[in-house]
Amino acid sequence: MEDLLREYLPVLIFLGLAIGLGLVLILAAVVIAVRHPDPEKVSAYECGFNAFDDARMKFDVRFYLVSILFIIFDLEVAFLFPWAVAFKDVGLVGFWSMMVFLAVLTIGFAYEWKKGAMEWQ
Amino acid sequence: MVEFFTETNLGIVLLILGQALLVIVPLLLALAFLMYADRKVWAAVQMRRGPNVVGVFGLLQSFADFLKYIVKEVVVPAGADKAVFFLAPMISFVMAVIAWVAIPWNEGWVIADLNVAILYIFAISSLEVYGVIMGGWASNSKYPFLGSLRSAAQMISYEVSIGLIIVGVIISTGSMNFGDIVNAQKGDWGLFNWYWLPHFPMLFLFFISALAETNRPPFDLPEAESELVAGYQVEYSSTPFLLFMIGELMAVVLMCALVTLLFLGGWLSPIPGLPDGILWMTLKMAAVFFIFAMVKAITPRYRYDQLMRIGWKVFLPLSLAWVVIVAFFAQYGAFGGAYARWTVGG
Repeated sequence: MEDLLREYLPVLIFLGLAIGLGLVLILAAVVIAVRHPDPEKVSAYECGFNAFDDARMKFDVRFYLVSILFIIFDLEVAFLFPWAVAFKDVGLVGFWSMMVFLAVLTIGFAYEWKKGAMEWQ
Repeated sequence: MVEFFTETNLGIVLLILGQALLVIVPLLLALAFLMYADRKVWAAVQMRRGPNVVGVFGLLQSFADFLKYIVKEVVVPAGADKAVFFLAPMISFVMAVIAWVAIPWNEGWVIADLNVAILYIFAISSLEVYGVIMGGWASNSKYPFLGSLRSAAQMISYEVSIGLIIVGVIISTGSMNFGDIVNAQKGDWGLFNWYWLPHFPMLFLFFISALAETNRPPFDLPEAESELVAGYQVEYSSTPFLLFMIGELMAVVLMCALVTLLFLGGWLSPIPGLPDGILWMTLKMAAVFFIFAMVKAITPRYRYDQLMRIGWKVFLPLSLAWVVIVAFFAQYGAFGGAYARWTVGG
């Protein structure tokens, strides 16, 4: 078999096993357990009264902000990974280029901090 | 006979299948007892007895729970998106399980010896957030929705610092393979050769980030019982709920394995002269899990704004600074090359 396939075949087999196991567990409960749904039982959970409106409501814009920040920093981490692996090979030029990149990123981070993007109150 | 398992395609697939079962089955069994241990530690801290009825000392409690889950009714809320509702626990469970394919248990005892093992784990643990988001959204109920929003924001916040801490370790090793990382921690000084010493502050940061990433107390805000009932799991019952539980606990044990491999020398023996082996690996993982359980028992829950502030204003700058510091140490060979142990091709 090809080397690449040989290396990643276990991942595929693991995936299959995990999906199979999960399906078996869910189906087991569906088959074995009794089901007597009634309107009260299947209504959405609330504290003793009927829900006023749709549960998929408006929510704080900060959650968007956090995910945007996450994308920036996660990309940066993904960018750092190959650099870290090749650290001994990239030499001084590679080393200092990354330091400059990190410095630029830190300036952006400081700006976000100053603007209050990370405040939760 | 040996050729059949190493040469033919069917043989290779059967061999991998066997190996996979050899990891998953003991892992699920261990999980049952870890669940029990978790509850026992919690009980002991609060001077209770904990589970003590099913089996000797209550050892079979988790198996009784398992049976109970299977015979419970699957309740699907009326307004729920049915496909996504069942897909969410599946994602949670599947992602937690398949991460284990890249975790080595001993020298060479790994199912998929990926050269990008850490990247793989990192990617898989990022995908776990989808289970939470989908579970909360599909339920079409307020508490799960709010819980899943909080949970997702928390998980992605701490993932960044986990990634940066891992980058520090990779700089020291020059490889993303767990075998190389553990072998780089080998030396004549036993446990003083492991990365916990040169990367000392990051061990704590990683541990705390791991707590937040896996939604463990004191950062279990998505399921803060007093305000959000059970977060994104509110509408789940029976085995879909069980899948969430297994997925969550498995992610915790995975974090124990990561701490062990990255900072505590994996399967290396702490005392020079003693043989290395899988026993050390499991012992260290159990020790880390004990600390997880103790933290759950003794710390009060954080407030959400405090949690986000620590994540973005303390952990992120600290781990970012650490990457720069490690890079300088490694580049200029500080501390006798303690930060530059390049095992491959060096």
